[in-house]
Amino acid sequence: MRKHPIIQMVAIGAIASAIGIALSYWIHWFPADAAKQDKPIDTLYHVLMIVSIPIFVLVLTVILYSVWAFRMRPGQENEDGAPIHGNTRLEVFWTAIPAIILVSLCSYAYGVLTDIEKTHKDELVVKVHAIQFAWTFGYPQAGGRTVVSDQLYLPKDRPVRFDIDTQDVIHDFWVPAFRVKIDTVPGIVTHLRVTPTKIGSYPVVCAELCGLGHSVMRSTAHVMTPAAFSRWLVQKQAPVTIAAGGGGGGGQPSQTQLIALGRQTFTSDGGCGACHTLAEAGTTGTTGPDLGRALRGQSQADIRTDIVSPNARITPGYPANIMPPTFAQTLSAQQLDGLVAYLATVSK
Amino acid sequence: MLAKLRAPGWYRAGLFVALAFAFAYAVVGVARTAMHFPNAWSDGDAITIVSLLAVPLFFLVGLGCFDYWFYWVSGRPTRPEDHSSHGATSWKDYFRVNTDHKVIGIQYICVSVFFLFVGGLMAMLMRAELAQPGMQFVSSEQFNGLFSVHAALLIFLFVIPIFAGIANFVLPLMIGAPDMAFPRLNALSFWMLPMAGLLMVASFLAPGGSFATGWTAYAPLSTTMPLGQLFFTIGVQFAGASSIATALNFLVTIITMRAPGMSFFRMPLLVWANFSTSLLVVIATPFIAASQFFVLLDRALGFQFFNAFVGAGKDGSVLMYQHVFWFYSHPAVYIMMLPGFGIISEIISVKSRKPIFGYRMMAFSLIAIVILGFTVWAHHMFVSGMQSWIRIPMMITTAIIAVPTGIKIFSWLATLWRGVLHLDTPMLFALGFLTTFTLGGISGVMLAMVPFDIHVSDTYFIVAHIHYVLFGGSLFTIFAGLYYWFPKMTGRMYDERLGKIHFWCTFVFFNLTFGPMHVIGIQGMPRRVADYAQQFAGMNLAISIASFALGLSMLVFLYNMVVSWRLGPRAAANPWRALTLEWQVSSPPPIFNFDAVPTVVGGPYEYGIPGAVHGIFQSPAEAKPVGSVATSPTTE
Repeated sequence: MRKHPIIQMVAIGAIASAIGIALSYWIHWFPADAAKQDKPIDTLYHVLMIVSIPIFVLVLTVILYSVWAFRMRPGQENEDGAPIHGNTRLEVFWTAIPAIILVSLCSYAYGVLTDIEKTHKDELVVKVHAIQFAWTFGYPQAGGRTVVSDQLYLPKDRPVRFDIDTQDVIHDFWVPAFRVKIDTVPGIVTHLRVTPTKIGSYPVVCAELCGLGHSVMRSTAHVMTPAAFSRWLVQKQAPVTIAAGGGGGGGQPSQTQLIALGRQTFTSDGGCGACHTLAEAGTTGTTGPDLGRALRGQSQADIRTDIVSPNARITPGYPANIMPPTFAQTLSAQQLDGLVAYLATVSK
Repeated sequence: MLAKLRAPGWYRAGLFVALAFAFAYAVVGVARTAMHFPNAWSDGDAITIVSLLAVPLFFLVGLGCFDYWFYWVSGRPTRPEDHSSHGATSWKDYFRVNTDHKVIGIQYICVSVFFLFVGGLMAMLMRAELAQPGMQFVSSEQFNGLFSVHAALLIFLFVIPIFAGIANFVLPLMIGAPDMAFPRLNALSFWMLPMAGLLMVASFLAPGGSFATGWTAYAPLSTTMPLGQLFFTIGVQFAGASSIATALNFLVTIITMRAPGMSFFRMPLLVWANFSTSLLVVIATPFIAASQFFVLLDRALGFQFFNAFVGAGKDGSVLMYQHVFWFYSHPAVYIMMLPGFGIISEIISVKSRKPIFGYRMMAFSLIAIVILGFTVWAHHMFVSGMQSWIRIPMMITTAIIAVPTGIKIFSWLATLWRGVLHLDTPMLFALGFLTTFTLGGISGVMLAMVPFDIHVSDTYFIVAHIHYVLFGGSLFTIFAGLYYWFPKMTGRMYDERLGKIHFWCTFVFFNLTFGPMHVIGIQGMPRRVADYAQQFAGMNLAISIASFALGLSMLVFLYNMVVSWRLGPRAAANPWRALTLEWQVSSPPPIFNFDAVPTVVGGPYEYGIPGAVHGIFQSPAEAKPVGSVATSPTTE
């Protein structure tokens, strides 16, 4: 009679654990699997589930069995249970076994960690820059120039090292499809390593509360073939330079040049497209208003005010203090002129 | 009228609050004039900040928390044996400075439950907003405020103080003491609390909205926020001071005021648990005070502790904030759990009619958690950009702290074994706690594993985990404790049927609310967002519906408590046939707890042993004629 219930419980527990573990494989836990880092982390999770489920089932089985077998029945109102004070062997057992399991899991997790953070020789360096509430991505080129984009483009199968910084508060750079994230820390450059393995587009998410626009601080990561990536980079590199006019900075740029510079500022260096939709520039940000509509018929002077002091006029339906008020400092005078010229043209 | 304004009480408190505003106005004006600052007499920000510090202090003085000490300091006659402020004969006595630990315990519990409902209502608003993607009910500014105030209230104004309240009522009775060691300090600790809560709630009235940086208030976001942020920064100082003073009080009470014969290893585990918690509080809480003083000085006076972009060497250290903050805030999760462990030990032993299994290991594991609890804080910072090697030792200690916690779970299970289980409301909550807390512990071990944590930190997986340990853990133990000691506190019985309805609704809808959050977290939904991707819409709607049902189940609890307190049947002195000392006196207990000093002659959980007693109401000499051993309270 004493032995029986324990055998029964072990049998029921084993079956329940098996069902639980099967269920844990059946549930679709993770987002897209798009980097070399994904498999080890996903496997670690499944191993954790395989270890955890029997432990939870054990606790639940003992509770349910106790409730069923030892509940007070009518007539037992004044009875007491067996005066068992403890059992040293049992207590040593349930101290030692969990300790062994936990240390093993830590060793395994340490292995996974070194695996996913391995460095490579031919890493592609991408500079991730965070600002309330947008991401920009820089690709350093030979000669010190940096190609800047408001969306993340990566070649398939090439290890990438992200150098991440911020110009205001803490954000967190996270691509759920790559499984890894790291904070952007004021004053520190943080790093993250990823090797994309699957072509497609994946969300880039800010995971650390960074203020009003935190929930809309999003971008997109595009993983493409190496050839397509090179093409994109070359196309992005096509310089929009304003002829310096033989040095000295005397020459006035033409209107066309200004507009071209403005367009480039909008889609890359300025990062405007990260938050604003503009059909002509092909941007789809939704943090701020659609400029194709919001700026229709506005004068150049008004557009300039909107850029340098964004709280002066707020588009109905959008809160104040979302757009950084620092563009007068972060953009050059020429970029600002270009941006105004470009926006005035496309929103006519 | 003048006499009313001079005597301690609400009139004088009101007068002093007015004085506090005048004081703040004058200090700011004089200081700014002296420093040749602009707007010397009209800087609203500065006046508000000084008022935030001054108003609670002046209020406490006005209410009379300091009167006795002021009399003593100024050399005027004091009466150490003056018991005029002790005990309650009408409801009005609960609204003044009262030195009776039983009154203070109930004051704590009622204030905390009030803030539970305020904080819970905010959760309901958040779930309404999150029921669909896009923005419907609140702005993103208000949403950030809601989750920040929700967390701050439920941590600092509910879980931590309600445990202090339950222990305040129960602990002195359990160790056979007439009161706490420092009754006047006890009263002061309590009265700091409503002020802290009011500051946090009042932040919604501040220009720019309430504090909206989460309860973590990470710099430099918090140092650049509108005025509402400082309502949190300063509110926490009062909640923290209250917490520290109470912990000191518990430590001294437990060490010096145990009844004759009650050695440390004859103390009920609730006393052990509060001893451990109080150690954590006195060591850790000053760290959150420091972190918030940094923010206050940075935000109000431009100290540049956390500004990495300006200053002499651009050397503001953003990571330092997080280290200091978590050095408190990780131990804080044990501050919010260990008293619950104590409650569960009492209930499971009494309701299983069995001695607690492995009593000494239960006590030692509490101490182990206290020590290990100080070695794991940086597991909140695996993705913070700190030195990467720190992650490894923190992963190991975080995993290892599950061992003492596991010992407790297994010992409770073994206590159930071959008992006679009384499955009433306190026991149901205790058993519910065992299941939900085990789940929370398991997800905690998963989070310790750095590579998995890198993926899920700052996601809904964290939201799920914290609610499994704080709601499924702490809150379940609080409910268990409130039902268990309700007869002792009020002298009346609660309605058992409503209690069971409350348990089952809470248990089912709790799991339906927070269970699915694990899944959407791993799938990639970040936390602290008012808006989310379309792919999470279905799950979020289901979570919101379950959360509303969970909210409604709280009304059953409230109804049961209020109606039973007024109209419930009279409770016997010892309805649970428990052995611990608080059940050996009437319900509610006499004004000075014990008419005769009890002597402890055995362990607290000797159920099943015929004729076993824990304490007897005889002097030590009578109890044990040999005498010398039993009269010394610290030897076994």
